[in-house]
Amino acid sequence: MYLKHILPLAGAATLASFAAHAEIITVATVNNNDMIIMQGLTDEFEKAHPDIDLEWVVLEENVLRQRLTTDIATDGGQFDVMTVGTYEVPIWANQDWLVELDDLPESYNEQDLIKPIRDGLSQDGSLYALPFYGESSMMYYRTDLFEKAGIEMSDQPTWDQVQDWASQINDPDSDVYGICLRGKPGWGENMAFISTLVNTFGGRWFDEDWHPEINSPEWKEAVSFYVDLMNKYGPPGATSNGFNENQALFSSGKCGMWVDATSAAGKFYDADESQVADKLGFAPAPIAKTPKGANWLWSWTLAIPTSSDSKDAAKTFITWATSQEYIELVGEKEGWTSVPPGTRESTYENPKYQEAAPFADFVLNAIQTADPTDSTLKPSPYIGVQTVNIPEFQSVGTQVGQMIGAALSGQQSVDAALDQAQRSVERTMRQAGYYD
Amino acid sequence: MNPTMTKKLLLTLLAWSIALIVFFPIFWMVLTGFKTEGEAVATPPSLFFEPTLAGYHTVMARADYLKFALNSIVISFGSTLLALIVAIPAAYSMAFLPTKRTQGTLLWMLSTKMLPPVGVLMPVYLLFRDMGLLDSQLGLTIIYMLMNLPIVVWMLYTFFKDIPKDILEAGRMDGAGTLQEVFYLLLPLTLPGIASTGLLSVILSWNEAFWSLNLTTSDAAPLTAFIASFSSPEGLFWAKLSAASTLAIAPILIFGWMTQKQMVRGLTFGAVK
Repeated sequence: MYLKHILPLAGAATLASFAAHAEIITVATVNNNDMIIMQGLTDEFEKAHPDIDLEWVVLEENVLRQRLTTDIATDGGQFDVMTVGTYEVPIWANQDWLVELDDLPESYNEQDLIKPIRDGLSQDGSLYALPFYGESSMMYYRTDLFEKAGIEMSDQPTWDQVQDWASQINDPDSDVYGICLRGKPGWGENMAFISTLVNTFGGRWFDEDWHPEINSPEWKEAVSFYVDLMNKYGPPGATSNGFNENQALFSSGKCGMWVDATSAAGKFYDADESQVADKLGFAPAPIAKTPKGANWLWSWTLAIPTSSDSKDAAKTFITWATSQEYIELVGEKEGWTSVPPGTRESTYENPKYQEAAPFADFVLNAIQTADPTDSTLKPSPYIGVQTVNIPEFQSVGTQVGQMIGAALSGQQSVDAALDQAQRSVERTMRQAGYYD
Repeated sequence: MNPTMTKKLLLTLLAWSIALIVFFPIFWMVLTGFKTEGEAVATPPSLFFEPTLAGYHTVMARADYLKFALNSIVISFGSTLLALIVAIPAAYSMAFLPTKRTQGTLLWMLSTKMLPPVGVLMPVYLLFRDMGLLDSQLGLTIIYMLMNLPIVVWMLYTFFKDIPKDILEAGRMDGAGTLQEVFYLLLPLTLPGIASTGLLSVILSWNEAFWSLNLTTSDAAPLTAFIASFSSPEGLFWAKLSAASTLAIAPILIFGWMTQKQMVRGLTFGAVK
């Protein structure tokens, strides 16, 4: 009899204790600096929203991508907020994997989001993810080396000029190389850069019928130029240099020029981590035949999977983390060079940010001029500047990246590498059913 | 110096240099954990520097180390225990009551280790989702048990085979049943072997990173997930990553140290007749 009374009581007590607990949402994110800051501000969010508790899964980009893809493709429901890139958002939205974000609060000020970034995350006028930070690519150079060689940087450098400048400042004996560029194979590594180079040389990944054009004259010209430039004026062992390695090389004063992500700029100003803080110059990404697609567009965004059980709480969180108010919070707490860049016009209008980040205008301009819907000289069937927004691109991009890496290291000629890449991509696309 | 002395000296030198080469990466990792991020990537690398706990501080501030460590302990020891419970009867029957299919079964069990885990990720993920085992200690314990079972059965089988059947028979003559035979004769006789098998299984589970990253989110995430959160494609992270790795291997290193006697005994068990 006794037990009979106790059990329901205990049950009720357990239920009550559950009810008293806040709703827990699991946020999966990449461990880049801006996201670590967001994780660090958990208390601020929970203070403002006592009914929501955050739990974090912070992983390296490639691991996270695999983890999230497994979960979302199987409807696993392990996450309430996912950090995804511009590349995935349209693909996942098409699969109905992401929650449509059409009734955002007035205070969120959707129109403030920078247009190319917003467009990249929308389908039929509705947003499927909110941008956390955005980037484009630009050129970093060493003002001291340029002055010494008597070179004047132009407002819009061309690749021919870059080659000429690289030859003048290249000084391997004192460990300074004319130019550093990505060489590490991977669709998000060397191919991000090479795609923009091919774009500006007038090439494209696919023609309008989805046939690859990897061994076209434009690709051959662009890749030959790249291999030649790197062999003559690049650091040794460039095939193992990705974003990180080049950033370390540039910040330790070993590169005269570097064309890469705008998001590196803030780090270079941090005198603790960089030896070039006081001799750093910026310029737009160089162009060759066309300015189209010469600089890339990427953003890390927060999205809600349709498998989430706590969609409303998740929405509250992502609107907070991508809001103007959040950017100001980071500015006050962490300093204005640490605010997540490239998402809102208002960030760039903020005098405090303009003062702290002299590169702000370059970045804004680079992002605004990148147009994923029109990034090639000849028309193309795909969206994306440095990516092609189809599920096959990860594999296609990495295959081609490996073959270009082989050409860079001298294992095979550029022509042979591109012919091989062409055959391999053709096969993948045929298997995927783009044509017979 | 006489030739035997020279030979001894050379062998000692060789053993030391191999040991140092094997240990060097671990030593370097521990050292890097006490550097600043700048020093960690400096070329040439510095051997002498002002040690700092900044890396450890950041790591501890960003993640709840104890929670991850506890998950690692529960999952790796739990799965080992479970694997031993299943494997001891299996190895017993294979060693003492072999049929003509025993060898085939053993090889077949081992062949499951040749399948790349990613090949079964989707089905396992779906099964786990439907059984509510995602992100649970129980789920990971089961997976690790299954993962290590072939090796555990194989090792136990070889240890059991070394026990003369006559000893068990003598026990049976004295009236011992199967259970008593196993508990009072077989297990005490092969204890070093069982201990080293268990240790190996614990270490394999501790280091496993594929399933632990893919089947957990936060509640059941072990130390491998903890380390994974500190490697990054952007920015400098080597000092933090080294600090995190040092923290992650510390428990198992201490455990291995404490039990190295059993381990060596187990691994050389039956080698010298």
